[in-house]
Amino acid sequence: MSERVLMKGNEALAAAAINAGCHHFFGYPITPQTEVAAYMSKMMPKVGGVYLQAESEVAAINMVLGAAAAGKRAMTSSSSPGISLKSEGVSYIAGSDLPCVIINVQRGGPGLGGIQPSQADYWQATKALGHGDYQLLVFAPSTVQEMVDMVTLAFDKADEYRMPAMILADGMLGQMMEPVTLPEPVKELPKKEWAACGHENKRPHNIVNSLYIEPDELERLVDERYERYAHIQETEQRAECIMTEDADIVVVAFGATARIAMSAVRAARQEGIKAGVIRPITLWPFPNDILKETAKTAKAFLTVEMSKGQMVDDVKLAVECAKPVHFFGRTGGVIPQPNEVLEQIRKIAGGIK
Amino acid sequence: MADLNMVFAGFGGQGILFLGKVCAYAGLMDGKEVSWLPSYGPEMRGGTCNCSVCLSDEPIASPLVVNPNVLIAMNGPSFDKFIDTVVPGGTVIVDSSLVKSKTDRDDINVFYIPATEQADKNGLKGLANIILLGKLFKETGLVSEDALELGVKKSVPAKKQHLVESNMNAIKLGGSL
Repeated sequence: MSERVLMKGNEALAAAAINAGCHHFFGYPITPQTEVAAYMSKMMPKVGGVYLQAESEVAAINMVLGAAAAGKRAMTSSSSPGISLKSEGVSYIAGSDLPCVIINVQRGGPGLGGIQPSQADYWQATKALGHGDYQLLVFAPSTVQEMVDMVTLAFDKADEYRMPAMILADGMLGQMMEPVTLPEPVKELPKKEWAACGHENKRPHNIVNSLYIEPDELERLVDERYERYAHIQETEQRAECIMTEDADIVVVAFGATARIAMSAVRAARQEGIKAGVIRPITLWPFPNDILKETAKTAKAFLTVEMSKGQMVDDVKLAVECAKPVHFFGRTGGVIPQPNEVLEQIRKIAGGIK
Repeated sequence: MADLNMVFAGFGGQGILFLGKVCAYAGLMDGKEVSWLPSYGPEMRGGTCNCSVCLSDEPIASPLVVNPNVLIAMNGPSFDKFIDTVVPGGTVIVDSSLVKSKTDRDDINVFYIPATEQADKNGLKGLANIILLGKLFKETGLVSEDALELGVKKSVPAKKQHLVESNMNAIKLGGSL
């Protein structure tokens, strides 16, 4: 195992992607994710890879489509407004059944918004990044080490299911430094029989396409994709449960916000309030099963987000409205503070007694 | 060891983020869990700049420090902004060459050190931040001495290792003030 080093989230993410066999990166600078591209531009030439700063986000995502179609592990990264620009390309990638990894180091929106941390792209990532019937795998790291671990996981799962995967981070995770252990570079990548990378007259040529004029054919393809999605929803839900066994109040929070929630929950426990945290690690598929299970013992849920409450409906659906679901959030780049969350926990605890 | 939740604040260019990095790396070398969170954005262009650094034996929950038990303030605006956020019993190190005001709080330990002046006098120009770190190290013993030196070595870029010595001198000087 290699040494633990201090790295910024953005740089660690880039380093991990290269070690995961991603030798094709296409990007366009935007705060607060620019260090991903900066690191890539420095390190890619050293591994014989391609770093290309495209002329726009739209160009970058379509370059990812091209590299992915040729069977390469390809990645792009951006922050909220840039991700909106990439959404058309992501839909094409999903419609072409191509694997790739997209990084969103979220900042405040809508519009150009701000440059401070946010989670207000939850809906975009989990419901509708682009047009058409499709889903992305969405991973939500909450530490710099997890940023590293999830890049490898995202590439592996994207390849396994032939679909785009997103790491939904935020400005706080991107900018902060924590100790990380980087994985060893992968030696062998999965074979991609479908890739359009030159058939040398030895096999029928492969076609990568997302245009299907015949409705029946298009419906059949979308249906096939949805069978895959159903399988993923059954097998790929991930969440971390902290002190939930005996918890009356369960805080649901992902990413950096989960850590703030954790501080609040530790303080609540010291006051004798039985609180816990469920931290969704996959946002799609949403960890419905664990929430439903927890709803049997918990008395109330509190979702905490850096948005106006985009995850609340998913929590309500997961617990089938069996228990009340409260919400606390800050938005626009304001980071919720542990004492604000604690205040909410106290209020709910007061209501329960 | 009790958790250290630290805020370092001053002007952009004073080495606030570097100071934080040395502390974080020193903590890591001591086997602690650590986090380093900078302020980022327009405030870095000549305006105020700060970073939160946490050292703990447990995984760090919130890396954003709202109520620090250690504050280093290197300019007036930062001193005014953060002095009342320090928890009772906390340690505050102030560069009194640059911060002219004083606090009337008597529930915290405040040390006024003319770090910028001392740096200039002792041929350590630009190392006022590390002089303050030296004082912090002496007052709190936040990490072991070996870890602190390793933290400096790790934080100074490979091509600038010749600067390690002057950094260590600044730490010694800070401890003597």
